[in-house]
Amino acid sequence: MLAAVGQNKDIEAFEALFRHYGPRVRAYMAKLARDGQGAEELMQETMLAVWNKAHQFDPARGNVSSWIFTIARNLRIDAYRKEKRPAFDPTDPAFVPDDVPPADVEFEGRQEADRLRRAMETLPAEQLELLKLSFYNEASHSAIATKLGLPMGTVKSRIRLAFAKLRAALEERA
Amino acid sequence: MSIQHHISDELLLSYAAGDLAEGWSIAIATHLALCPSCRRRLDFMEHAGGEMLEMVCDEPADDGSWEAMKARLSDGTPPSAREPAKPAVPTGDAVIPEPLRSYLGGDLADLKWKALGRGAYHIRIPTSDRETSVRLLRIPAGKPVPEHSHGGRELTLVLKGSFQDGQSLFKRGDLEEADESMQHQPVATPDEDCICLAVTDAPLKFRSLLVRLVQPMLGI
Repeated sequence: MLAAVGQNKDIEAFEALFRHYGPRVRAYMAKLARDGQGAEELMQETMLAVWNKAHQFDPARGNVSSWIFTIARNLRIDAYRKEKRPAFDPTDPAFVPDDVPPADVEFEGRQEADRLRRAMETLPAEQLELLKLSFYNEASHSAIATKLGLPMGTVKSRIRLAFAKLRAALEERA
Repeated sequence: MSIQHHISDELLLSYAAGDLAEGWSIAIATHLALCPSCRRRLDFMEHAGGEMLEMVCDEPADDGSWEAMKARLSDGTPPSAREPAKPAVPTGDAVIPEPLRSYLGGDLADLKWKALGRGAYHIRIPTSDRETSVRLLRIPAGKPVPEHSHGGRELTLVLKGSFQDGQSLFKRGDLEEADESMQHQPVATPDEDCICLAVTDAPLKFRSLLVRLVQPMLGI
């Protein structure tokens, strides 16, 4: 669907994407926005970037939801943190290129993404809660630890356990 | 050469979620430039972030929202005109990877070091966050980083040479993550000077009285 948007500027395909992701991105933005208007505006900015950058989307490198998530996240940092988000540059001569062929990357498509989501849904509640707070609430882990009344060490070990489980679930390829 | 000391899940998740202040992120992103395996872990976490987006809500988009979106699609400039121009890729070998090289304004040969005493040098790197202090350090071969404890987290990323901390050896690309519970003592290995990026969230408390006296003047 995103390919149709990127190659043909297919507005019907984009409408379907917008109706699916728009409310999700707005909910993501609403965690930090002071009012619904701000969240709506940031959602529109995100989806406009999706429309404009759709031709850059490479299905071999990821799926649509993670791609839209990274665009929304970067816009949210711009809007609320007002600081740069330093990122690596794959065209930099000092960049160390990937050491495994792209065919071996974990996300070849929707199948892996569905498996990841099912694995997330079966995480222990306290681990899933921590991932939700991390991804959505834009708070440092020490702030999350304080909020939940947990020692920082517990927060760190729950995160480690959660990702160990998710990775294991993806490695069991059916 | 392969990297032995990687980014913890906790720190990488903060970066993936967009929760990490600029100073820490410079160290994380520069390690990522050197470490394909941590890039795969980041990719995995960003997929988890995407699935979180799928899980979050099921309410439908309202028509007004879509109409507003559609109006913006038709009145904008063509997408190709919006692409920011990519800066030319520098030729030759760079020692310091991006994004750190741009923060420093050049590669190793272009740097203007400030003396820190005892043969050590540093360069402060300004950021727009208020919680971190970011510096490039040059520790003479075989010499220790002045002994210190810290008020919170400290990240040290080796860019050239290596240092030993207790039983562990840290070489180019290795990232050491320390917290206030650690009294650690990194020592540059004797073969060459060690150049590393150090990010702390509180001014370092150097133990030596002399260093403590000049600390406010040097601003470290």
